[in-house]
Amino acid sequence: MLSETTQSSSRKFCPPLVLGVKRLCLHSLSQVFLSETDLRTIMCPKYDVLGLGASVQSSVFENTTGSAVLPGALQQQPFDSLAEKPQFPGASAEFVDHLEFIQPNVISGIPVYRVMDRQGQIINPSEDPQLPKEMVLNFYQKMTLLNTMDRILYESQRQGRISFYMTNYGEEGTHVGSAAALDPEDLVFGQYREAGVLMFRGFPLDLFMAQCYANVDDLGKGRQMPVHYGSKDLNFVTISSPLATQIPQAAGAAYAIKRENTNRVVICYFGEGAASEGDAHAGFNFAATLECPLIFFCRNNGYAISTPTDEQYRGDGIAARGPGYGMLSIRVDGNDVFAVYNATKEARRRAIAENQPFLIEAMTYRIGHHSTSDDSSAYRSVDEVNYWDKQDHPISRLRHYMTARGWWGEEEERAWRKQSRKLVMEAFERAEKRQKPHPDLLFSDVYLEMPPSLEKQKESMWRHLQQYREHYPLDHYEK
Amino acid sequence: TVRNKSRPTQKMNLFQSVTSALDNTLASDPTAVIFGEDVAFGGVFRCTVGLRDKYGKDRVFNTPLCEQGIVGFGIGLAVAGATAIAEIQFADYIFPAFDQIVNEAAKYRYRSGNLFDCGNLTIRAPWGCVGHGALYHSQSPEAFFAHCPGIKIVIPRSPVQAKGLLLSCIIDKNPCIFFEPKILYRAAVEQVPMESYQIPLSQAEVLQEGSDITLLAWGTQVHVMREVAAMAQEKLGVSCEVIDLRTIQPWDIETVCKSVVKTGRLLVSHEAPVTGGFAAEISSTVQEECFLNLEAPITRVCGYDTPFPHIFEPFYIPDKWKCFDAVKRMINY
Repeated sequence: MLSETTQSSSRKFCPPLVLGVKRLCLHSLSQVFLSETDLRTIMCPKYDVLGLGASVQSSVFENTTGSAVLPGALQQQPFDSLAEKPQFPGASAEFVDHLEFIQPNVISGIPVYRVMDRQGQIINPSEDPQLPKEMVLNFYQKMTLLNTMDRILYESQRQGRISFYMTNYGEEGTHVGSAAALDPEDLVFGQYREAGVLMFRGFPLDLFMAQCYANVDDLGKGRQMPVHYGSKDLNFVTISSPLATQIPQAAGAAYAIKRENTNRVVICYFGEGAASEGDAHAGFNFAATLECPLIFFCRNNGYAISTPTDEQYRGDGIAARGPGYGMLSIRVDGNDVFAVYNATKEARRRAIAENQPFLIEAMTYRIGHHSTSDDSSAYRSVDEVNYWDKQDHPISRLRHYMTARGWWGEEEERAWRKQSRKLVMEAFERAEKRQKPHPDLLFSDVYLEMPPSLEKQKESMWRHLQQYREHYPLDHYEK
Repeated sequence: TVRNKSRPTQKMNLFQSVTSALDNTLASDPTAVIFGEDVAFGGVFRCTVGLRDKYGKDRVFNTPLCEQGIVGFGIGLAVAGATAIAEIQFADYIFPAFDQIVNEAAKYRYRSGNLFDCGNLTIRAPWGCVGHGALYHSQSPEAFFAHCPGIKIVIPRSPVQAKGLLLSCIIDKNPCIFFEPKILYRAAVEQVPMESYQIPLSQAEVLQEGSDITLLAWGTQVHVMREVAAMAQEKLGVSCEVIDLRTIQPWDIETVCKSVVKTGRLLVSHEAPVTGGFAAEISSTVQEECFLNLEAPITRVCGYDTPFPHIFEPFYIPDKWKCFDAVKRMINY
């Protein structure tokens, strides 16, 4: 397999290497020690790609099974130098004899799939998933409960009760529509604006509050800023602040799940801003190349803090990138909960059946500020925000659908508003009264076991607190 | 213990001992997968030779050329419960994955309140100088990671150590980075047990006892220190205690301090640049713990504060003469 030249050059490598090895073999004790001279005279080839090492080793070591692979061995089609078609391993395509650059299509981009119009009317009846009444009411209640919780917790940050908050205004449809299309066992990787997914799955208000208040009931043990939720039971991986890091992780998790052969998919949420991160490119490419059963769900809400989409990308959004990776892609109306549901449902079915990733770009609008640290009036008009709030909101569109069928009316709306507010306020009042977790939890879970050095640091902290306790808010923390 | 006479051994070099560890792992753990650039055909250092044929292409596979993807993907595998063994082709190329390692892998358990973790992740990378590697095929980046709580960093000095330590890393329920001294891949040969065995993490090994000075190193540099010990004994009549640190983080403070209390002198040596290198952390801790026992200032013999040079490597590295000279100065302090 190796050419004459490589063989002869490998023979040139042989003498010093074999000599060096022979010398070592003579001292082959259970512990080897190399003299510095041994180390410095070794001329290891940097790469073994050409199989040089293999040819050397097979003469020296008995148990080597080196086998060099020729470049191009992984081509898709057999090499045929007589054919007129290009034979390059890197692409399967025809020749063309005129010079033309492919024009990216941004004026008339990938169309937006929707089921309902802005007034909640079904456009094409065959696309209506015809979900039962209880299910649709549940969608509505989850979206509105989220909205209520958002209002109260945003306010509580303004009042200094919690340190930070992020609302989900306008994007409730993306959460509930997608979550409803998944199985409870499907693993969710999120960004930070997917609380509705967790709420849909049944995460209790008390635990949302506990995390935001970082109190003793927080499953995360008070370690992270508000809205960094996680739930093992509900298969929702704990949120982290760095953007897009979850994207390649989701691909890895999907690969593991594929090997387990259990009818599960992984879904990975991220915003159109996070999609600019290198990790997004990495995740898409890995998922496609390694054939992972995974749904990439992009919430394109128009802004990454203050950065509008025309400063985030120049192409046709995120959906247009999918084909670049060999990925099936769709753009949907994120404010249409049925469109989101249908697309996610079908993506799920096929991702599992075909072991390939799907990209869903859900177009929506971030009605709220980026977070409590942001005042979006600094970079967008009130009129723009009002349009989305009043004219194209996932909650109102679903309500129109429901009222048109006689499933919901003024009375139900009034009663539910009262009840949902009551539920949130009661959870809020409970959370306010709870203590913070024990300060020992500052030190645990860094590793599975606590290293002795960290044990000592913990002891030194308590010694310090013994002496200076009046300067620390120990009374608020669990004893 | 490692050296049990009744256990069959085989002559292996360091890369073969790595292959053996991976082979044992794939055989006993059906969730284990190995991935990275070029691992399918056997790897550029032949560490994964034969494994794809033996265990299948879904378990030993190439990834696209993207370190942040490799580590991110590995984290995801581990979070989903699989044993993930990621290969970074050279430690010099680990930096695109720095965010995934430091901000994600290291913090996964802590930030989730132990709901989630990626303890099943092990990252392997060839490490250290090789004679001609220059800036980007010679680096020893352990110090960057030592500053990050939540990961373990392990560096073996020999095939027997490599296999046992790598298996411990794989089994350990914390994300681990395993740096493999590339210059030893073929040069170091030992009789290595064929079956699985573990060498404990966070335990330094005293290779040679002595009374006058403690010589501390890891990886390739351990061999240099052993030679320095012999030189010091022969030329200066100085009795050196040689320690292989083995685990950089969390490191075995107790063994090192116990030795320095006895000898009163500590020399730490590594190829990585001296400023902010791991010897700095060791020096700081040891002087805190053993101040009154010190007969001489703790000395570091390390690489200069330059990128790793090509043609100047013989002048750059902390060779035996520099270390020997440091021993001399410390004894005569």
